[in-house]
Amino acid sequence: MATTHDIVIKPGGKKQDAILPVVSANALYKSFGGNRVLNGISLAVGSGETLAVLGRSGTGKSVLLRLIIGLDQPDAGYVCICGQDIATLTIDQLGEVRKKMGFLFQHAALYDSLTVAQNVAFPLQHNRRDMSRSEQCDRVAQLLAEVGMEGDLDKMPSDISGGMQKRVGLARALALEPEILLLDEPTAGLDPISSGEIDDLILKLQRERKMASIVVTHDLHSAKVIANRLALLDQGNVVIEGNFEDLEQSEIPLVREFLKQS
Amino acid sequence: MSGRESTEVASMNPALPDREITHISSALNSATAMITEQLEWFGNLGIFFWRVLLAAVTPPYEWRELVRQLDEIGSKSLPLVALAGAAAGVVISLEARYSLSRFGAKSMFPATLVYSVIEVMGPIITGLVVSGRVGAGIGAELASMKVTEQIDAIEASAINPYRFLAATRILACILVLPLLTLAADACGLVSGWFAQSLVEPLSFHQFIEKGFKGATFNAFLPPTFKTIVYGLIIGLVACFQGMRTRGGAEGVGRAATSSVVLASLFLILADVVLVKFILVVFP
Repeated sequence: MATTHDIVIKPGGKKQDAILPVVSANALYKSFGGNRVLNGISLAVGSGETLAVLGRSGTGKSVLLRLIIGLDQPDAGYVCICGQDIATLTIDQLGEVRKKMGFLFQHAALYDSLTVAQNVAFPLQHNRRDMSRSEQCDRVAQLLAEVGMEGDLDKMPSDISGGMQKRVGLARALALEPEILLLDEPTAGLDPISSGEIDDLILKLQRERKMASIVVTHDLHSAKVIANRLALLDQGNVVIEGNFEDLEQSEIPLVREFLKQS
Repeated sequence: MSGRESTEVASMNPALPDREITHISSALNSATAMITEQLEWFGNLGIFFWRVLLAAVTPPYEWRELVRQLDEIGSKSLPLVALAGAAAGVVISLEARYSLSRFGAKSMFPATLVYSVIEVMGPIITGLVVSGRVGAGIGAELASMKVTEQIDAIEASAINPYRFLAATRILACILVLPLLTLAADACGLVSGWFAQSLVEPLSFHQFIEKGFKGATFNAFLPPTFKTIVYGLIIGLVACFQGMRTRGGAEGVGRAATSSVVLASLFLILADVVLVKFILVVFP
């Protein structure tokens, strides 16, 4: 594992000072039935970094995020969060690690029997019992204002649009002030204007909070806006990892095809 | 061996044709797969129960959610359970009066009704009604949450879903079943007395005095508290089926149906075992 004083040379990339990884995925393998989705993937993200994981549909991008947060277990390999191997943790110990992480699901996964405000308050009510009710309410109002949903506190998830649900999901993911943010297709299914608004919001939050972020997306434009580094997945492998210029200069046919079609 | 001898040997020991062997082999494989699937189900249920138990006894406790489930499972099941108990009481009253009259034992009617309702019909009727209403409700609710990733979102928010979703519901079922059974018993006794009084007037005071004459707590408490086991079965099976759902809307429907069917089946089987257990331990 790289240390803060190591120089790391990535294949096809440039020399760069290594950043101590907050999140590291190490040789992850995962199959569903007979279908191998991840084939020994290794990635690392440091504090303040944003890594965009790109690829076609079905290349295991969302599976990778689920393995990182521990919702699924890899067939082989391990995930380290802040230096802890999550496979060795009990459910409650993993819960303590998850308090440092925020996860935005592809379809927001809002609790459909709770209002917008209750959705955002939910992690606070269960994990920040030291906060009074009024403190929790203030925090919820602040979070919803940050994502532009301050006027919709009492609405139900079914009453708001997909883009608005994503905003609420993002507010909920930020409720516990995480060090790590995982975003699964944040702009999927949204119109270009809404996608741009979500990108701007993510960029603003990253600048303010300096979180380690992993964004899974097939939207190259979005990835270019919000990410420092990009990794392209295909058939369970990382084909290339670097910044956008590295992808543009790559001679790998898949990369060129991906850029051409995006 | 000559050709005729080999033919005679073959006719004495005819080998099975290949098609028959394939059919038998296929049937054996299907049976083995089905048995393995059932054993896996029980194994996974055991693992699920252990996780829920561990979650239930370790803090932080979800008291607010438990109270909410007590209301959802208990208060909101009360009208249906009361109605079912009342109907059962009327049925027993009509049948008992007819049967006892044939044997000249009409004076035994109050005791027959009391013992039938409290020891037999009340618990099982309550269990089956709650299994249908609550089992389907829990199974469908959790299945719907599973397929829409809401359970994953709960887990990702550092909340133990076994504690927040399963333990609260199972504990609520365990706590309310005896109370609902008491309610069903009360409605059954009142309705049974009322049905009898329409034919042969009998004061309620006399009915209670004759019905409970010579009865002890041993006669009535164990049948009521065996419903704690019913509550455990209903809650456990419904939560398990709901939280492992796959397959979208169809999966939700399957989870709801299987929750009711399996909970009812295990409940009836448990009743057989518990009745024998009570008769041995509380003679």
